[in-house]
Amino acid sequence: MISFALTDEQSSARDAMRGFADEALRPMAREYDEAAAIPDDFFKQAWELGLTATQIPESYGGYGADRSPLTNAIVLEELAYGDAAQALAATAPSLFANAIADQGTDEQKQTYLPAFCGESFHTGSLALNESTPGFDPFAPKTTAEKKGAGYTLHGVKSFVPLGNTASSFLVIAREADGIGAFIVPRDASGLTVGEVEKNLGLKALATTGLRLDGVDVAVDQRLGGEAGADIGRIINQGRVAISAILTGVSRAALDYCVPYSKERVAFDEPIARKQSIAFRLAEMHVEIESSRWLTWQAAADLEAGRDATRTSTLAKRYVADKSTWITDNGVQVLGGHGFIREHPVEMWYRNARTLGVLEGVASV
Amino acid sequence: MISFDLSKNDTKVLDALRAESLIARKYAREYDENEHEFPPNELPEAKDHPDFMSLMADRNAEDSGGSVMFTLIAMGSTWGDYSVRLRRRESGLGNSALKAAGTPEQVEKWGNLTLAMAITEPGCGSDPSQVRTTATLDGDQWVLNGEKIFVTTGCRADGVVVWATLDRAAGRAGIKSFLVEKGTPGFVVAHKEKKLGIRADDTAAYVFEDCRIPRGNLLGGNEEIPKAGSGGFRGVMKTFNMTRPMVAALGLGMAEAALDFTREKMTEAGMDVDYNQQISTQPAAAAKFIELEATFEAAKLTMLRAGWLADQGEPNNMEASVSKAKAGSAVREITQGCIEILGPLGASREHLLEKWFRDVRITDIYEGTGEIQRMIIARTLLDYTRKELN
Repeated sequence: MISFALTDEQSSARDAMRGFADEALRPMAREYDEAAAIPDDFFKQAWELGLTATQIPESYGGYGADRSPLTNAIVLEELAYGDAAQALAATAPSLFANAIADQGTDEQKQTYLPAFCGESFHTGSLALNESTPGFDPFAPKTTAEKKGAGYTLHGVKSFVPLGNTASSFLVIAREADGIGAFIVPRDASGLTVGEVEKNLGLKALATTGLRLDGVDVAVDQRLGGEAGADIGRIINQGRVAISAILTGVSRAALDYCVPYSKERVAFDEPIARKQSIAFRLAEMHVEIESSRWLTWQAAADLEAGRDATRTSTLAKRYVADKSTWITDNGVQVLGGHGFIREHPVEMWYRNARTLGVLEGVASV
Repeated sequence: MISFDLSKNDTKVLDALRAESLIARKYAREYDENEHEFPPNELPEAKDHPDFMSLMADRNAEDSGGSVMFTLIAMGSTWGDYSVRLRRRESGLGNSALKAAGTPEQVEKWGNLTLAMAITEPGCGSDPSQVRTTATLDGDQWVLNGEKIFVTTGCRADGVVVWATLDRAAGRAGIKSFLVEKGTPGFVVAHKEKKLGIRADDTAAYVFEDCRIPRGNLLGGNEEIPKAGSGGFRGVMKTFNMTRPMVAALGLGMAEAALDFTREKMTEAGMDVDYNQQISTQPAAAAKFIELEATFEAAKLTMLRAGWLADQGEPNNMEASVSKAKAGSAVREITQGCIEILGPLGASREHLLEKWFRDVRITDIYEGTGEIQRMIIARTLLDYTRKELN
């Protein structure tokens, strides 16, 4: 049955996140962006929401809610409506935890998951991206060479969210046959965590590079152990998550432009009364709706446990494209004010352009 | 629960429809090239082929809602051809108007007729408040005078719902709809229009010259002119709420046909569409195809959203316009893009792609142009009246 109906849990999760985004995230977005950092207090506050622990099974200390990519897409849109950088920071621990919960061996779950269900903030991260032109997540330059009973990792990763504080990294690397994910502790020999990167957008979110110079990992550090894992699923989850976040950013831009254009007067009337502006706003709305439904469609495939490659690719490409277009138009509607950092629109424009190039930064 | 899956029953209906549509498609070129002919009400194959609509009788709770299904059925029909059907069954737009605005007696009396809807005039299109066709009460009869154009199904219909004004000075409030049966003296079908696309579809021009109809033919029966701003016109516009997603569906069915054809030809040529390949290493044709496919899915989803809201009994005026605006631009981009991908093959009349390119172009024009839809969306977003934004 075709249905757009939210479950009661989804409605209340959406409302709760909308409130948190309004009260906590949006008011601090500019300050954190200017400081290019998020204070520790934020992580404490966000941790109390239980974003990561909610979907970890009770046996590992979590709340045992069903893993729901659809609920996560709804939640991410709301958080990103407040601020994408803080949304990513708050959900970054899930990048690591969800991958383990979904595809880890029992031993990996027992070893790594309880720490994500504790009282204080704890994070791991996903090391997927690489700074090579036309980076392809399915053909990373980072390699995992079979060596005895384990693997040796070589390569350079970039844009690892919360790389500065993560205790472990899930490193995506090319094996002799296919790709795998490897759990690398922060103190592993041969691993160098880089300085916090300076990025165009999401400035408040600390990201780092990783250098892997012959990092040895045992086979039980390979996600899923001997059997391995479906890395495509992790990548597709990332595509859906980014689409959801971008939809939130786009919506923020439109909602800012609507009252602005009704107040701003030019040639004796509010600019909103001119078709060139009004039609632009209408078009932005159409593309926000389109973006959300494409995201949901892909999330529904993930939810059903189906291959979401087609739908998540369609969503990611479309939404990345349109969110850049929407926030770009947001800047244009504000004119000179759109270029000034007193207004948030230029930040959303930078954030949208940055998010669009990331493939696996956020996992649902 | 959010779901984009069709139920077993849904799939049964839509699969059977696609089989019918493939038969209809064989006749598509013939009726396109012979614009003066109408496709028959039943194709020769119909007698050996079960009717897909019989499968719609068996519906239950896990099946998609009626409005959602009818948009999907509209898509599945035009996926075969815009005008040719194994069995014609569509009633005209006037039937929706009768259902929405007619009294129970009127619905009973005319419900079995195929009714066209005549709104547009040579001098008024997107702004129906400029209607010049007049209706004057003379004893127990209305006397209609004026011209109507672009009347869909106008030649075949048994009758028509006509918009006419009781008092031009009253503006939109003075407009009422009247039912005129074919054969009424003074009502002439002037000609069939010649068009860029949907050529086998019957689009007529009408002339009303002292055309007398019974007083009871005013739909709804209310002869009063509402005071300005009292919302009288809104009742007239209500008929558009499900027709906009339906029009979106008609266009999207053809866009889907274009995508299917293009993918088939690409595959034959060894150009596979790989959804995991990065944009930097993907062949331009495949990248373009993915872009068009995403646009198609986006438009289809906005259509489903508008239909789903209607099935929930929730207002969908904004969403109906979103789906119409989105589909209107999407179907153009998609068919233009498919021709670009296939090159001369796409422009050849040996294949139907060039026909779909012509046929879809109407989507962004009739039932309110894309500009009108954007106007409606913008007014809703900005909370502006018609006066504040026009």
